Amino acid sequence: MSTGHRFVSTDRRVREDRRFVAGKGRFVADIDLPNTKHVALVTCPHPAARIKNIDKTTALKMPGVHYILDGAELAAATLPLMTGLDTPNVPRRPLAFEVARYSGEWVAAVIADTRAQAEDAAEEITVDYQPLAFVLDAEQALEKGSALVHEAHGSNVLLDKTFVWGEVDKDFAASPRRLSLRVKWGRSSTVPIETFGVVATWDPWREILDVYASIQMPRFSDQIGAALKIPNTCVRVHYDVDVGGSYGVKRGIKHTVLCGYLTRRLGFPVRLIEDRLENMRGGDAHGPERLFDVEVAFDDTGVVRSMKMRALENLGAYAGRSPFQLGKPVGAIVGPYKIRSVQYRAIAVVTNKTTQDAVRGFGQGPTNLALERCMDEVANVLGLDPLEVRRRNLIRHEEFPYLIPSGTTYDSGDYHTVIDKVLADTGYDWLKSERDRLRGQGKLAGIGMAACLEPSGGNATFEALLNPKITTSTFMDSCRINVDGAGAITATMHTTSSGQGHETLVGTVIGEVLQLDPDTVRVTRPDSLNSLPSGTPVGSRMAIMLGGAAFHAAQKLKAKLAAIGAHDLGIPVERAVYEHGNVHDRQSPSSGRSWADLVNIAHRNYHRMPEGFEPGLAVEHVYQVPTGGTLPTPDGRVHMYPCFSFEFHLLLLSIDPDLGRPEIVRYRLGHDCGTQINPKIVRGMTMGGIAHGIGAALFEEFAYNDEGQLIAQTFMDYLLPSSHEVPPIDIIDHETPSPYTVLGQKGSGESGYLGAPAALANAVNDAIRPLGISVNTLPIKMSALGDLIADAGSRGPE
Amino acid sequence: MKAAPFEYCRVANIEEACAMLAADEDARVIAGGQTLVPMMAMRLARPTRLIDINHIAALSYIRADGEAVSIGATTRQCMVERDALVKARLPLLARAVPFIGHTATRARGTVGGSLANADPAAELSLVAVTLDARLSYRVNGRTETVAARDFDIGPMTTSLPNGAILTAVHFPVWAGKTGVGFHEVSARRSDFAFVSAAAQVELSDDGECKRIAIGIGAATATPLRLESAEQRLKGGALDGAKIKAAITEALSDIDPLADLHASANYRRRVAASLASRAVADARAHALGKSIHAH
Amino acid sequence: MHIKLIVNGIEHALDIEPRTTLLDCLRDNLDLKGAHAGCEHGVCGACTVLFDGVAVRSCLMFAPQAEGTPITTIEGVTPGPGELSPVQDAFCETHGMQCGYCTPAMILVAHALLADNPDPTREDIVDAISGNICRCTGYAQIVEAIALAAERMRGANRPSERQK
Repeated sequence: MSTGHRFVSTDRRVREDRRFVAGKGRFVADIDLPNTKHVALVTCPHPAARIKNIDKTTALKMPGVHYILDGAELAAATLPLMTGLDTPNVPRRPLAFEVARYSGEWVAAVIADTRAQAEDAAEEITVDYQPLAFVLDAEQALEKGSALVHEAHGSNVLLDKTFVWGEVDKDFAASPRRLSLRVKWGRSSTVPIETFGVVATWDPWREILDVYASIQMPRFSDQIGAALKIPNTCVRVHYDVDVGGSYGVKRGIKHTVLCGYLTRRLGFPVRLIEDRLENMRGGDAHGPERLFDVEVAFDDTGVVRSMKMRALENLGAYAGRSPFQLGKPVGAIVGPYKIRSVQYRAIAVVTNKTTQDAVRGFGQGPTNLALERCMDEVANVLGLDPLEVRRRNLIRHEEFPYLIPSGTTYDSGDYHTVIDKVLADTGYDWLKSERDRLRGQGKLAGIGMAACLEPSGGNATFEALLNPKITTSTFMDSCRINVDGAGAITATMHTTSSGQGHETLVGTVIGEVLQLDPDTVRVTRPDSLNSLPSGTPVGSRMAIMLGGAAFHAAQKLKAKLAAIGAHDLGIPVERAVYEHGNVHDRQSPSSGRSWADLVNIAHRNYHRMPEGFEPGLAVEHVYQVPTGGTLPTPDGRVHMYPCFSFEFHLLLLSIDPDLGRPEIVRYRLGHDCGTQINPKIVRGMTMGGIAHGIGAALFEEFAYNDEGQLIAQTFMDYLLPSSHEVPPIDIIDHETPSPYTVLGQKGSGESGYLGAPAALANAVNDAIRPLGISVNTLPIKMSALGDLIADAGSRGPE
Repeated sequence: MKAAPFEYCRVANIEEACAMLAADEDARVIAGGQTLVPMMAMRLARPTRLIDINHIAALSYIRADGEAVSIGATTRQCMVERDALVKARLPLLARAVPFIGHTATRARGTVGGSLANADPAAELSLVAVTLDARLSYRVNGRTETVAARDFDIGPMTTSLPNGAILTAVHFPVWAGKTGVGFHEVSARRSDFAFVSAAAQVELSDDGECKRIAIGIGAATATPLRLESAEQRLKGGALDGAKIKAAITEALSDIDPLADLHASANYRRRVAASLASRAVADARAHALGKSIHAH
Repeated sequence: MHIKLIVNGIEHALDIEPRTTLLDCLRDNLDLKGAHAGCEHGVCGACTVLFDGVAVRSCLMFAPQAEGTPITTIEGVTPGPGELSPVQDAFCETHGMQCGYCTPAMILVAHALLADNPDPTREDIVDAISGNICRCTGYAQIVEAIALAAERMRGANRPSERQK
């Protein structure tokens, strides 16, 4: 769709695909180091218990067993894992120390010749537990007299902060209408098919800890070094490990510290590949479980003036970065709407459930659910069309850049056009008539929509917002390009990837700038000791940040080549024209220097180089996130993410009233992420995001019973959408470039997931509204929906 | 999730299998393994010995057997799915088999394995009970048979004695103007059913119900025959209201399962709905009309 | 115990514990890393291999059970070093993957489907891959890859209209 690009936005193959279709990816479980030993975990069966004694006697005698590590030994030798909030009395460690705080928490680790032997021995370890009182529900955890998950902390509250942006009370008083809604985002996660795994090996001669891990985590090597009390220069994380899906959750820091400690202690490589049970129960990769109480103030035309939102997050037993998932949505707290003032209260409590980590969207998906349910309910209360209500509230194209009450400025957007395009494809009247037709057949049928933003770029100043001790305003990424003596181009990127096609991204951007075939650009991933800084793929940032770094590095290279050419041609640099790797004189086009000439001069003819130039053709760029660089004001206002993509979901849902089974009849998505560097990649990730959203809305839940046991701990009970559950989806693209990025690109890594659950929830509610019932808790399970419908039916029509 | 250690042997005939089972009370036979292996991976099952019966050719067959069709215990579910004799003579079975698991699990899973496992949601158990199938097993050198309804005695529990190995299931074939209906509901298409319903009817020449069998699966601990409904519906016209009333009455005092996936109320209610649909489909099928898939 | 497995046309003599799954045996004993462990309880399908040409879950079979039956892994359908089969190439064309973890399994399922049904409908394809979970793609570009492969394979090596 973008004009004027040679390679960007064209239909190029993703170079990473070649190795994956042959089964030649390099996943962590594929790495075989000689003499590697294997870890299996002993887990706590109780939701809370004091660990009185761990009897290893029998286990130590079993075949193949080398060592058994317990929490006490590990706690004495390492520091607790890094946390986001300032909560020194809520330490988090790889193995429970003195007290285990959720069912499934790791209590001891067995190291043996094979994984099977380690599991055999793990069964023979007897742990003497003293069960303690426990709490599972977030509201209960808030109450006085609740069981305390961390006694030393004094309460279960890790965060309770209220922000008031704008004249909330005045705006509420001035509004003729208000409504309140309670919305619950159930505990689910992105659950990649590959579990987390790590192989760690300590070289005492070079004093280097080599780490191979299925990782997606900022400051990974920092956290390893800090916990193990070794300098970062002794930690070498290998970024050329292929990660089998992450979508946020592959944070594995406790696994890595555990294995890092063990390899240093025992002198051989140590490998931990989570099995699925370890992953589901104790991998600490659960997602948000958030209860929203929202109140909106609006007028009779449906324009929402002000909003009060309380978000209560059930963190689980410990917290790393997860509480920050209450902070990121601040940067898009009003969604795509012109809400004038907001009061936002973010509360995070610990309970005796599995620990969470970052999940795709970092809290934006749940927040969008709350916002979009409100919009539909505003329309409902007024008897207005929900699409029309949204149109009246949406920020208009000409109003960008748009400053929202919490201090972020949205870069660009054309929301009304995106919606118009979707409706041009699928007429709204047609959709309504289809809904009526289905209703006429005895089905419940509903139209669902959601207009949502995808904040992208990863300016994570929400850290400073929620923890004033943090003063980070630097969010960077980098790229290095070297052209060697034969003219071959190699670029480096400094993080792992989990399917986003970053090598292709870098090659395409560099090829675009240098006007050379991207396939001639080799892209490699050095390890952490050979790397420049990278914020890693979080917050939909890589197209913007890695793309930006690669772009600027390539521009530097191009400028250097032009300068070398100009100098050798004896012309001012302004007259030098760079074209397809060659440089010629604008005034005399036949007079020029070829790529080979320029490489030769740079590498071998120093006497022909411009004064003061470094020999060779090596450049690098470390790129700061555009538009950032400030810290929050005293009243909690700050600019966060630079770019805002937009998605508009429109779907038709049919529900069999007897079975409660929803069926998506039609699904359309309007998507605007600015310039798409590789359309195949963007489309694929958006489709995947919608599939995740379908799962979160209708199927997936980490359900607990009253005894604190996770009852959805295998794939038989935690239901991942298969190809049958994801309908054909048409995506209608629009491109409103960002003015702040090198190619107008915005991020798109979380697209689809951020709005699909909201759209599905709205569709279900539209379908069941005629019965006088509503559903505001995800997931909307078939049986619960069926029972709700049946109860309404037996009560008779309202 | 690695299984606990065990010895493995492969046997060529049923007698050898029985002898090995008799020699070790913690030994188990393995056929398709689609249910047993996951249980072993989670260490919920820990046999000391696995006796592999996949290669006993004599246990893998589908054949006409007088007024019945007999299917050997180690016959793969995918073989049943494709079999012409099953399609012709056991249309209810043919209708139900595609609902079992996934293509990849039906490629290995066996008829006997599913029946012996006796999951309340198992399609094969439901069809067996609905059609009054008989199951044969070998124990102590003898072959015994038992009615399907006496075979399933609880969730994952059968009346198979210790040391016995299931050898075959015999499904009676209905003559005349027969039609079938099968419905199941689950969260995802191929999951364990929350509720399933199977129905087979034989109509007289004037379209009245001559014979009817209705079974409900996944709602209770074992598959359920709705015998009172069958009695009420036999010998008359099968109209919607009559079907619904008979079925509702038959289900009024059942004790449905409740779990993470579905409440007891849901199962009771949906059982009635699916059974009605299944009977209606069976009637339409018998009359030569087409049937809606779900 | 000593067993012999026929994998990708080659017979291998192995000494393994009976409890070794076929998946672990392929990966650890034969260094064929293309089959992946996703759940080890038979739901996700990432471990899929072809067992006498039929797609099965290799995590649900103990290695001794596999004796005597030809097994095909992703390495076996790859024509040669750096070469792609039409199915593999189609997956690259439509970008029918992202992280690549479920990909070998999807490709093997595609091979098995197309061997049996060279002209599958969209519903046939969706049904064939419904036992394989993908968390990255939402399946759309995978379905398109298999449809594209089918189309290309149907068009290959066919006599032209003129020659008929």
